[in-house]
Amino acid sequence: MRYLPLTDTDREDMLARIGISDIDALFSDVPAGKLLKAPVELPRAKGELEVERILGKMAGKNTAASAVPFFVGAGAYKHHVPATVDHLIQRSEFLTSYTPYQPEIAQGTLQYLFEFQTQVAALTGMEVANASMYDGSTGTGEAVLMAHRVTKRRKAVLSGGLHPHYAEVIRTLSHMANDEVVSLKPDVAASEDILSQIDDSVSCVVVQSPDVFGNLRDLKPIAEKAHAHGALLIAVFTEVVSLGAVVPPGAQDADIVVGEGQSIGNALNFGGPYVGLFAAKSKYIRQMPGRLCGETIDSTGQRGFVLTLSTREQHIRRDKATSNICTNSGLCVLAFTIHMTLLGQTGFARLAEVNHANAVKLADLLAGVEGVKVLNDSFFNEFTVKLKKPAAEVVEVLAAKGILAGVPVSRLLPGAGLDDLLIIASTEVNTDEDRAALVAALVEVL
Amino acid sequence: MLNRQGRPTQAGEAAHAEHATFTGNKALQQIEPLIFEIGHHEATGVDIDKPAPFKSRLGKHARQGEIGLPGLSEPEAMRHYVRLSQKNYGIDTGLFPLGSCTMKHNARLNEKMARLPGFSDVHPLQPLSTVPGALDLMLELARYLMTLTGMPAVALSPKAGAHGEACGMMAIKAAIEAKGEGATRNVVLVPESAHGTNPATAALIGFSVKAVPARPDGTVAVEDVKALLGPDIAAIMLTNPNTCGIFEPQIVEIAAAMHEAGAYFYCDGANFNAIVGKARPGDLGVDAMHINLHKTFSTPHGGGGPGAGPVVLSERLAPFAPVPFVHVENGKPHLIESRGEAPAGNQPFGRMTAFHGQMGMYVRALAYMLSHGADGMKQASEDAVLNANYIRAGLADLMSLPFPDHPSMHEVLFDDEWLKGSGVATLDFAKAMIDEGYHPMTVYFPLVVHGAMLIEPTESESKAALDLFIATLRDLAMAAKGNDKERFTSAPHHAPIRRLDETRAARQPVLKWEKPAPAKAAE
Ligand SMILES: Cc1ncc(COP(=O)(O)O)c(C=O)c1O
Repeated sequence: MRYLPLTDTDREDMLARIGISDIDALFSDVPAGKLLKAPVELPRAKGELEVERILGKMAGKNTAASAVPFFVGAGAYKHHVPATVDHLIQRSEFLTSYTPYQPEIAQGTLQYLFEFQTQVAALTGMEVANASMYDGSTGTGEAVLMAHRVTKRRKAVLSGGLHPHYAEVIRTLSHMANDEVVSLKPDVAASEDILSQIDDSVSCVVVQSPDVFGNLRDLKPIAEKAHAHGALLIAVFTEVVSLGAVVPPGAQDADIVVGEGQSIGNALNFGGPYVGLFAAKSKYIRQMPGRLCGETIDSTGQRGFVLTLSTREQHIRRDKATSNICTNSGLCVLAFTIHMTLLGQTGFARLAEVNHANAVKLADLLAGVEGVKVLNDSFFNEFTVKLKKPAAEVVEVLAAKGILAGVPVSRLLPGAGLDDLLIIASTEVNTDEDRAALVAALVEVL
Repeated sequence: MLNRQGRPTQAGEAAHAEHATFTGNKALQQIEPLIFEIGHHEATGVDIDKPAPFKSRLGKHARQGEIGLPGLSEPEAMRHYVRLSQKNYGIDTGLFPLGSCTMKHNARLNEKMARLPGFSDVHPLQPLSTVPGALDLMLELARYLMTLTGMPAVALSPKAGAHGEACGMMAIKAAIEAKGEGATRNVVLVPESAHGTNPATAALIGFSVKAVPARPDGTVAVEDVKALLGPDIAAIMLTNPNTCGIFEPQIVEIAAAMHEAGAYFYCDGANFNAIVGKARPGDLGVDAMHINLHKTFSTPHGGGGPGAGPVVLSERLAPFAPVPFVHVENGKPHLIESRGEAPAGNQPFGRMTAFHGQMGMYVRALAYMLSHGADGMKQASEDAVLNANYIRAGLADLMSLPFPDHPSMHEVLFDDEWLKGSGVATLDFAKAMIDEGYHPMTVYFPLVVHGAMLIEPTESESKAALDLFIATLRDLAMAAKGNDKERFTSAPHHAPIRRLDETRAARQPVLKWEKPAPAKAAE
């Protein structure tokens, strides 16, 4: 077996050194009858070539985003990642290291965490950011719990523009913790009256912008009303590239900002691994979940970095911890940080501009298609259209033609009566040919 | 003097100091500034054409002003991150005996497979008709996990071990609520030796935590559990093999006692790697157990993630598994994404994450399992256990074993009794290991022994590597006992940086780079 260095002679010598003759003597605490005698019923070991064949066959049955005109978004986005990123994150010293518990031999990890925290704080316009959550949705769930700790209230109000799966994650957690959640109706037109929901019993208001339908939302009035009632504003985004073009939540006085960072540096991966971004006002730092990297000095006065403020965390505080999170998204953080460093603010703003330009072009083209109505007033790289046929059916027909047209709202909100709505994303990867193919196919199908 | 590998030893510290460099660099060890100190606001390493003029649809939301982030050209970025990588210790660098964390070899085949476009370049919400191979992969992974654990169901979506704990405990809470006992069964038993995520998880789900005392032999006794049982007890969270590296001998009796009292048995499966192919949690009475794919099935730890924490569930908990899950009907897999679509008999408790879990980790873990096969996985468990016990046999006369009465499984736990009076603490000993070229073991965990040192070599180490490791630890142990305190208390001496002041970091938190204030004119 190529992965196991011990030889049979080694094994015998080692057993002898331990003073036993059979490996099962070491398993003597396994209760009688529970130790398996034969290998379980699964295939035997395979060489690389055979494993490649098996997995290659499975992978080959899937349609890769790069292979077709691709307009699917709603929480995960197809972007181009520079080759340098994937090369660097596969360096052994990054890939095969652990959480930096021994900082003297983990300065590589710690320094990029510090760079990441600084980048996320700047992008969101917030004072502090942590070293990542699993993804945007779990980060949003944690943000609600954090708001409850800060306000000592236990009621969250969720905007109808929040990604339905994010809302479901929050509701699941809240149900388990006996916390209250008010979920507003799906709000396609960004016209909900969320302000009237805010009173002195509310801990936090959770608002996404761009929202799941693509609308850009004005957060400032919501922050004002929330603060007037002692509640917090949690601002959410699923497309971090939008921060290159729109006013950041920090400038609108959000208290906690959470979002999905997958777009920068990370592949679609059928949903994971991704990287949750989490930022807050610094006065709330001791209620934050997750790891934080901080600057310090060594015994000679040289600058270095360590994990810090860990008295918030499970390994110290146990059942009083701010979160149970331990392993987070380390390597996805690195991918994000390298990609963001390559972009810089200049490249990032340009990337955002191209995304927006492509989406505008597509929306303009679609507005001219009979049976398609673009619903958004404002949007970044994603918008919602109303079709004259059920969107899921249309998407299926277009998929058969080799075009992945978007996400039917019914996939996210089955039974909500929004079956004719389709969420369409357009990023820098789309070409004029891609757009023309989508338009032509829609003309044919509708 | 010759070192253990028969090579001459290096000149001492003093010699280094004599040859201090002008740059502060030491050949391959380069001092590397932050990107904020070397980058420029106008620099970029990505060429993107400016779009033709168009009418913005951002409305009043357009960003004003600069973000304040520097960029680097590609060669500069490459060099920056390569230099950072050189300040890190990984499994590929050397022995990484971090107990409980399972730092085993990360095969690059698995990386290659995860990057096949059919896995890495597919969107979680593209039509399911375009991803049949992804569903096949999830089903195949599920089949392997269920077979290895002897459990009838698995929830794949949790994103790491702690997230899996939350998932399993939520399933337990949902089952309790379904029986109408939600208001009364609200206490979870957690042994003192448990990992911090266990009590933190129980609290997250709204349970209160009651400690189960540790026995002097490092195990949990069924009498102690029974004494705590009552109508208020929802579950026990027990790690097996436990965090002291011991297989809980009374696990079957404990499971039976829980079930008899109407409660559930959550098993923390972080240490499943010791028993894969040797014993099945399903045969032991487990109701829910997470599996850290990043430990047992070798998906890379990546400096702190990503991981994956699928949870196997018993018949009693299976109906409560969260969405999404793959359901097979008439031989065809379907992805159930909302509670309303769940087939009859299922009452999903909710959703753990936006999408379908850590697909990239599923692929790597399945590649590991296919490569090892049933025979190789059994051998890997045996080798992991053999290696740990070999280290134990090589060190037990010098270092103190708090629990000598049980064989170790995949990791061996020492305490600091043997260091008493030496002036050397566990942390100092760990830092001196760094100088010898090793990553330290896990220290100060579990909390049930004083100054814990938890050594997990994994099956990836050769006998020669173990022999050298044992000899080095023996040298260090002799030095610690022999008045060579300074070697330890001021260690590490040869790492890229000297010992870091963690207290200072917490007292005056600096969590991001700030532009330095302009220098004052010379006084
Ligand atoms: C015993 C034990 N339980 C739970 C966990 C948590 O797992 P994760 O870090 O994947 O969340 C760990 C590892 O960190 C562990 O060692």
